[in-house]
Amino acid sequence: MAGKRINSPWGVVGHYAALIVLALITLAPIWVMIATGFKPDVVVQSRDPVWFFFVPTLDNYEFILTRGRFDTYLVNSIIVGTLSTVFTLTFGGLCAYALARTEFHGRVFVANTTLLVRMVPPAVLAVPAFAMVIQFNLDNDLAVLVFFYTALNLPFAIWLLFGFYKQIPVELEEAAIVDGATPLQVFYKVLLPLMTSGYAVAGIFTFRIAWNEFILALLLTSRSTRTLPVGAAGFITDTGVEWGRIMAMGTLIVIPPLLFTFFAARQIIAGMTAGAVKG
Amino acid sequence: MSDVTIHAPTSAKPSPFSARSLSPYFFILPAVAVMFAGLVYPVIQSFYLAFFDWRIGTDMDDAPFVGMENFVRMLTDEGVRESLWVTMRFGFWTITIEMFLGVSLALLLEKPIRGASIFRTIFILPLMVSPVVVGLIWRYLFDARIGWINYYLGYLGIEPQVWLGDADLAFFAMVFTDIWQWTPFIFIIVIAGLQALPSEVMEASKIDGANWWQHILFVKLPMIKSILIIALLLRLIDVFRALEVMFIMTGGGPGRATEVLSLHIYNRAFTTQQLGYASAIAVLLIVIVSLLSLAILKMGNPMKDKADI
Repeated sequence: MAGKRINSPWGVVGHYAALIVLALITLAPIWVMIATGFKPDVVVQSRDPVWFFFVPTLDNYEFILTRGRFDTYLVNSIIVGTLSTVFTLTFGGLCAYALARTEFHGRVFVANTTLLVRMVPPAVLAVPAFAMVIQFNLDNDLAVLVFFYTALNLPFAIWLLFGFYKQIPVELEEAAIVDGATPLQVFYKVLLPLMTSGYAVAGIFTFRIAWNEFILALLLTSRSTRTLPVGAAGFITDTGVEWGRIMAMGTLIVIPPLLFTFFAARQIIAGMTAGAVKG
Repeated sequence: MSDVTIHAPTSAKPSPFSARSLSPYFFILPAVAVMFAGLVYPVIQSFYLAFFDWRIGTDMDDAPFVGMENFVRMLTDEGVRESLWVTMRFGFWTITIEMFLGVSLALLLEKPIRGASIFRTIFILPLMVSPVVVGLIWRYLFDARIGWINYYLGYLGIEPQVWLGDADLAFFAMVFTDIWQWTPFIFIIVIAGLQALPSEVMEASKIDGANWWQHILFVKLPMIKSILIIALLLRLIDVFRALEVMFIMTGGGPGRATEVLSLHIYNRAFTTQQLGYASAIAVLLIVIVSLLSLAILKMGNPMKDKADI
């Protein structure tokens, strides 16, 4: 019997044991990165793994924060991440709303095309994007990255927000109109409060892609417009990898997306599947 | 009231907001324009560039037109064939193992047990870590000299291996890293699917005397079949997108042992500097990914209501 197996004491112990082992495997590499960032070089270079017992140092952080161009990369990443998220949510939200609520010529075509272009691999964009940048002399411009990240994220955002809009009964809007609300008031007072978690999830995923993306950022930026992942990769040199410093930088890169995860894990699970489950 | 009922019932109900004020085209225009300029147009340009022999450092307008030459060359190119083969093997091993682990994990966490939300949060963390950082972490762990993996294998009596310097071992390391990062994706999709199942059916199957395995294999998994297929196809497409982890861990080497098709395109374009030829390979990649995407559309596009077609 299903119930018996799960509820027997050994079943419970086994269940938790399996979960804990898997959780440790999941967390261990992240911990290794965080710990290594705080280790003095001697410990980093030792052949014996040191999990916890070392005297932490801030040398690695001091180095990357003062001697690298970390501040420039950070500002670039924040600008690119924030702007592309704002554009994606604004444009994607409007489009998803129209797809969910109105009938128009070409609606199915737009919906299908949106799903198709969702799949364009960044490697395919690499050459044409590079060509565009040389042609228009844009290799020093963050706007190019904002533009491509918005384009890359729109299909997913539209797909996700469509699912959320579909869940809101249209009667709510109708009632507000009957009560004399203007279209703008309907949007702000009726729709937006109900869409908060939808926009939050879409925003988290958009920001995550823009924050983490590497290959286009590597190609389309120069020294002053580099983003954090490109900066981190720059620590790999021909003479070897400075593991302490690179792990400190990795830790700093990972902080924002991990914070989002802790605050919105439930919505993320719901959001990831808003499309898939109903498909 | 009568004027309301004249309309044939459509599943996409017209909203009073947009129907009365602004045309829907106004709503979709910004998104469609950006997607066209940033995704559709570059794809079209890849097709165009594939007919030219354009090298980095030269002017695109001076690039000689070579007709089908790039495509013909591609057919006999060892590098293209190898990277395609690497991608296929990589996809096969990662997706098979990720599906198995992800579904198992979802089944373990589906019950409302104590601490379930903490475990769920933990299991989605790898998805949030930047691929570049994932590559860095695992490059460190697989390092031949100071890597932790060699150290612990030593306890099992296994000699230290040069993980990223040996073709087979580097491939294995790549698969292992991908499994760490992407199993959570399957997990998330499957657990949401399981939770959406009607509880009455689940109860009924238990009352009918199905044992634990039968319950999972013959009731639960079949009911989320469409979700499993979509998860599978999305992962399949991701395999053709991935390149960062290999870029950071091995650069595609040793030889071409870990050079997936996306990385091969990048290397052709920016290492050997043949932009036109790289575009031809990109066209091959688009064709493969489009076929997979069409398969997804056939499985069901949630934005397309049944009433429309």
